[in-house]
Amino acid sequence: MKTVNILICGVGGQGVLLAGDIIAETAIAAGHDAKKSEVHGMAQRGGSVVSHVRYGDKVNSPLIREGEADVILSFEEMETARYLDFLAPGGAVIVNRQQVLPMTVATGQAQYPADIVDRIKAQVPNTKLCDGPALSEQAGSAKTINVVLVGALARQLDIPKDTWIATISSRVPPKTVEINRKAFELGYGG
Amino acid sequence: MKKLLSGNEAVARGAWEAGVNVVSAYPGTPSTEILENLATYPEVYAELATNEKVGLEVAAGASFGGARALTCMKHVGLNVAADPLFSMAYIGATGGFVVVTADDPGMHSSQNEQDNRYYAKMAKIPCLEPSDSQECLAFAKLAFELSEKFDTPVLLRLTTRVSHSKGVVELGRRAEHTPSGYVKDIAKRITIPAHARKMHVKVEERLRRLAEYGETFAGNTVGKGDKKLGIITSGISYQYARDVFPEASFLKLGLTYPLPKKLIADFIRSVDEVYVIEENDPFLEEQIKAEGYFVKGSCAYDNPVTGKDRVPITGELDPTVVARSFGLQREPPVQPIAVPARPPVLCPGCPHRGVFYAISKLKLVATGDIGCYTLGMMEPLGAMDTVICMGGSVTAAMGLEKALGPEMAKRTVAVIGDSTFFHSGITGLIDMVYNNAQGTVVILDNRITAMTGHQQNPGSGRTLQGQPAPVLSIEEICRACGVQDVRVVDPLDLKATEAALKAAAGHPGVSAVIAQSPCILIDKKFKPALHVDEDACVGCKLCLKLGCPAISFGGARKKSRIDPNFCTGCEVCASLCPKQAMKR
Ligand SMILES: Cc1ncc(C[n+]2csc(CCOP(=O)(O)OP(=O)(O)O)c2C)c(N)n1
Ligand code: SF4
Ligand code: SF4
Repeated sequence: MKTVNILICGVGGQGVLLAGDIIAETAIAAGHDAKKSEVHGMAQRGGSVVSHVRYGDKVNSPLIREGEADVILSFEEMETARYLDFLAPGGAVIVNRQQVLPMTVATGQAQYPADIVDRIKAQVPNTKLCDGPALSEQAGSAKTINVVLVGALARQLDIPKDTWIATISSRVPPKTVEINRKAFELGYGG
Repeated sequence: MKKLLSGNEAVARGAWEAGVNVVSAYPGTPSTEILENLATYPEVYAELATNEKVGLEVAAGASFGGARALTCMKHVGLNVAADPLFSMAYIGATGGFVVVTADDPGMHSSQNEQDNRYYAKMAKIPCLEPSDSQECLAFAKLAFELSEKFDTPVLLRLTTRVSHSKGVVELGRRAEHTPSGYVKDIAKRITIPAHARKMHVKVEERLRRLAEYGETFAGNTVGKGDKKLGIITSGISYQYARDVFPEASFLKLGLTYPLPKKLIADFIRSVDEVYVIEENDPFLEEQIKAEGYFVKGSCAYDNPVTGKDRVPITGELDPTVVARSFGLQREPPVQPIAVPARPPVLCPGCPHRGVFYAISKLKLVATGDIGCYTLGMMEPLGAMDTVICMGGSVTAAMGLEKALGPEMAKRTVAVIGDSTFFHSGITGLIDMVYNNAQGTVVILDNRITAMTGHQQNPGSGRTLQGQPAPVLSIEEICRACGVQDVRVVDPLDLKATEAALKAAAGHPGVSAVIAQSPCILIDKKFKPALHVDEDACVGCKLCLKLGCPAISFGGARKKSRIDPNFCTGCEVCASLCPKQAMKR
């Protein structure tokens, strides 16, 4: 099979790295080779965070080449825009309906690009919006936004739903398995 | 059993499987998780060293006793540990002795992008370079064997993308290693000139045997492909090159020092053209060229027509950069849209913020240091002037005073974190006292080594494994170093902090201000969030000068606003507001 490339982006503290782990582990559970890459350190103090996940028969580079991401899964509206050059022809973008203000915007030195989602849509017809904040509340906890988004991604990929749920259940605190399963379903269905 | 592991987790696992007994290391991105993972194995003695030199020496002592020992560090850490490394290169290893360096091409969290393979060459010790997590495990194990077989320290060189990428790894079992015990041998372990002259001869001879070993070493592999193009590469660059040139022939080097000259010569002869693809410096390329072969890599003089290098020396490689270097990258179908940058910032409620606010208000020159608090340089605080390296704040302030006199000292403070102070700030402080300096050192005692992921340190009262440990008092250390004017202050109290800085800066001689308040993320017990009473807020924007990510300004009424999801209720903004608009 052709290697599947997924780029996940967002802001430090949003759960981007855990989502990347879940995706890579699910791919392995489904019988694929997989690699993922991200950077720890400075980026986590509220900086921009990106994680690359690749799976297929045999994966060499853990990093995706520009123009080859099948899906960009973005946890924050504006962050999506930074990484669009990674998208493959015909690739899909999933955007979480959430804005986190960078310091320059919070202090009024810069403006948050208000129409950013429309501009992304104009460039990428295959853009899907996912209301992570609302769906996670519905699932029972705002902390499950990342699992909602994994659900939205799972719908685009051909790995069985049960494999996803099994990995998620093994990665979240035991008490929250039910909430997370619900969050996954809501993301998947929505 | 198969598992998805990062390179760092796999190095820890490999060392454990090899029976490692003693590990001592100081954290540093991207190496830190090696130590943190080794700490989870009950069979291993693992500790947080005060700095990298200490870590390497503790491991050296363990090796003297016949134990298998490891130290790990980020690339610049090896600069700190270079002195004992070079001696150990002469002394060699009794129990397997492995030094792991994690280099940071692209400087994701570092001050430079030095290529530590040169340390192997300069110290004349072998360098192993894994290219994925599976090789991290295998090479970590092999490193101990090579160390004992050739009586040498072994440098295991990772880079950020090897350390922090995850891949599927086949796990093995631990083979226990029982330390052989200490046997006195002064000709081997006392590096006086008379001994060292003989040691050097042995080192050169060892290098010849290692080069011979490399000719047949299974980690140096030839992948036969298209005869037109051959690629010589190592580490993560191999993975990128494989994706960009799927048809090419490959010589992948796992042992990158010393080089297998015959293997390289045979490979070069078997193909029409050779590219050397490596990240940062042309380490392999220069050595191959010194043998008289023409290869294309990153040296600028490669291309007499354009004068341009191919593979860049600066910055990190990735498949896009490699492809672009050889004119193989297509324009991406979608272009990114320019949006405001999102640099990292001090967390809401961070205790460092109060100190930087005071420094900024008093318009002091702040020689800085490395840690979370380096973010005090960011606007709107803008309260840091210099960063050299860990510990460099104290001594740089002293140099400024010696050059420009006491007037400079009165408007200068050195700013250093607690972990950094223990690492290498104390020696500078002693120098200030001894050499009659005038100056102020501000120690940001947040009771943790925060930047690298919240490790314990000698002031935090816990060991690497979280067990109780003696708490070293920074205040008493300062006094014992001869500092007469020592003040302890709560940085969340802006008025007191400002007053302490003012008084200390005016003090003749050396003074220390210890700003003591734990990092807000240690126990995450936040107080309830504040909110802004919009009727009381006059829109003066004073609170924005704190640079707290929970505070933003704007809206229809042009007022400050606090995001209740981010605010930790530290009340620093409330103490600043002239209208008492911040309410619980
Ligand atoms: C020689 C060297 N070793 C390690 C590092 C990695 N490093 C950067 S900051 C830091 C710790 C800083 O801790 P501390 O001084 O307590 O400040 P905090 O982050 O807690 O504010 C470390 C270990 C480095 N930059 N240089
Ligand atoms: S982790 Fe701690 S020390 Fe670092 S910025 Fe956040 S609150 Fe400050
Ligand atoms: S109290 Fe003020 S300064 Fe402290 S975290 Fe909340 S908004 Fe930021």
